[in-house]
Amino acid sequence: MGIKGHLNDTVHVTNLEWFVNWARKSSMWPLGFGLACCALEMIAAFVSRYDLARFGMEVARPSPRHADLMIVSGTASKKMLPAILRIYEQMAEPRWVIAMGACACTGGIYKNYAVVQGIDRHLPVDVYVPGCPPRPEALLDGILQLHAKVMKEQSISNPRITNIKVASR
Amino acid sequence: MNQEEIKEKLLSEFGTDIIQDSGDFRDQISVTVSKEKILDVCRYLKEDPELSFNFLSFVAAVDRLPKTPRFEVVYQVHSLKHNHRFRVKALLDETAEMSASIDSVVPMWPTADWHERETAEMFGITFNNHPDPRKLLLPDGWTVHPLRKDFSLYGTEEDTPDLPA
Amino acid sequence: MSEQVSPKENFSSELLELNLGPHHPSTHGVFRAIVELDGEMVVNVVPHLGYLHRGYEKTCENKHYHQVIPLAERCDYMGASSNSLVYCLTMEMLLDVEVPERAQVVRVMMAELSRIFSHLFWLGTHGHDVGAMTPLFYMLREREEIMNLFELTAGGRLMPNYLRIGGLIQDLEEGFVERLRSFTEHFDRRVDEYETLLTKNAIYMDRTKGIGMLPLEDAIAMGASGPMIRGSGLAWDIRKREPYSGYEQYDFDVPVETGCDVYARYLVRVAEMRQSNRILRQTLDRLPEGPIRAQKPGVIFPPQEDIYTKMESLIHHFMLVVEGLKPPVGEVYQCIESPRGELGCYIISDGGPRPYRLKWRAPAFVNLESLARMSKGYFFADLIAILSSVDIVLAEVDR
Repeated sequence: MGIKGHLNDTVHVTNLEWFVNWARKSSMWPLGFGLACCALEMIAAFVSRYDLARFGMEVARPSPRHADLMIVSGTASKKMLPAILRIYEQMAEPRWVIAMGACACTGGIYKNYAVVQGIDRHLPVDVYVPGCPPRPEALLDGILQLHAKVMKEQSISNPRITNIKVASR
Repeated sequence: MNQEEIKEKLLSEFGTDIIQDSGDFRDQISVTVSKEKILDVCRYLKEDPELSFNFLSFVAAVDRLPKTPRFEVVYQVHSLKHNHRFRVKALLDETAEMSASIDSVVPMWPTADWHERETAEMFGITFNNHPDPRKLLLPDGWTVHPLRKDFSLYGTEEDTPDLPA
Repeated sequence: MSEQVSPKENFSSELLELNLGPHHPSTHGVFRAIVELDGEMVVNVVPHLGYLHRGYEKTCENKHYHQVIPLAERCDYMGASSNSLVYCLTMEMLLDVEVPERAQVVRVMMAELSRIFSHLFWLGTHGHDVGAMTPLFYMLREREEIMNLFELTAGGRLMPNYLRIGGLIQDLEEGFVERLRSFTEHFDRRVDEYETLLTKNAIYMDRTKGIGMLPLEDAIAMGASGPMIRGSGLAWDIRKREPYSGYEQYDFDVPVETGCDVYARYLVRVAEMRQSNRILRQTLDRLPEGPIRAQKPGVIFPPQEDIYTKMESLIHHFMLVVEGLKPPVGEVYQCIESPRGELGCYIISDGGPRPYRLKWRAPAFVNLESLARMSKGYFFADLIAILSSVDIVLAEVDR
């Protein structure tokens, strides 16, 4: 009855925010940002056994200008940190960060002078995926949690601002 | 040649004021030479036909605080022709005015270039006549030497900051 | 190039300094180089390292000897078991411990599986850098099978953490031997598949033959080892010349090529994969029964069953975990043939529970030194092919 009955399930009625969130999470392109050992498990998540392509994410762009999701996989050493921040700055909004692996989450087994004790000290992390290295299934679980988080965002009414302190030149 | 014979050959060539000490553990002998003559000893090790140590495995340093002399530079060499290995060490000390220094062995073994750069920044040792004495692994702004025994593992906010100031 | 321009014209040019990395799809990790270019011709390459410096050697000075093993495995994350093998061999030499036969054979299995694991990834990424995307997906399929095998040993896919000082942590699971046997049976045909893709491929040969020449004297002077030096003509393999862990009992060849170029190193690595498969088949036939860890109370962990049933073993285990083992005062250097070359570990012990000094002789670090020599005079696109033929793992380069 009404307009829905006439259209026979070919039209989906929703609000704009849901639609925008659905579009964002369905083709979130990751930045190919492997730093250390976790990069190998991230690459393993792309292959047919674990298949990231079913989530629309097989397009791993090397350039941050084209990417939406930065998966920091591996240890962030203090020498690399300015480069990480500069790459994050270059990503266009909306952008998300997954801290993959113990080293990105908290510094991991390297509690010393050379390693940043967790990149959440400098970047706004959305999902933490612990493990050393986390299995590809754990990374997929983290990505799905991120998708669920994106679906709940108020992207039109209250968009998130993800600016960081400008990385020093 | 076995380790004893190599040591005897070095002793007979240079004598005990240059070959100052030796250690023997698990069939591996290492000799300590005086740091002023390190280039001569290395040249002999490389060019003598019975020794022909043409491959340098690594150059490393050890901080022996609180013993003096404080630093020990270790050279592990290998002969591809005769298939024997040997270890040579030199002791260095630093003073309030000058950092510990030793001649660079890059003229003998060009591979020592990066090994010596890393050792220099990690310990604060100067390698004389090194072709390219820049930092290798640490960020450019750091002035500390992490592998010294008196440097804390965790670093400090001033010396090893996350981001350059 | 500027010399070809007629001198009448007022034409000036200067070298272009291009920054390559640290974030780059073809640098295999966080590697940065400043490349001086004259047009497209490389004049000089200056690598800037340290973007993955994790303070490995300093951290090891603060850990007990047994706690160093997971740290060591993460140094060369491609072939993790070779790292723990060299560390355990160095410690066993320091402690004068004899490893039982079964553990030695299983260690050889893990080392050769690591070699195949590492060379497969190298093959995929090297093909990807040169423009061939297909080998990447094929080798990831093989790597999944090897990761299944690693999982069966001690649970970790990438870093199995399976070796211990004195032997192994636990015996092989049921099903490991059958799985490994079926792997060795079909792996040779897979290597044939990879060879049909690249070895006689005209594009690949154009891109790699005569590129990145490293003559033998330069290779020895720059300290190159492993496939770098075997691709330049020297048949130097530590498994043959200074055997460890029972390698003298296995029958295998050492592939050598005299081309000195990228193509020669490719041929050496592919042939090494076949030889590793050959060694794996021999280990399966040779696997004896017996204990998997040496017995030396107070130094080596007692067997798991004894900890649960005997009081002294429980106490020894407790003291080892809490206080650490105390080796004699001395220093040793032990090296093995890792997938990249001579991987060495130099430990100085002062009698305490922590290493006084641990020096890791990383082959990728030393092999990378030859990059500048190998790339002068070639085009920039060749630089990528040359860099991938060095087979670097940044965690090992920077430690």
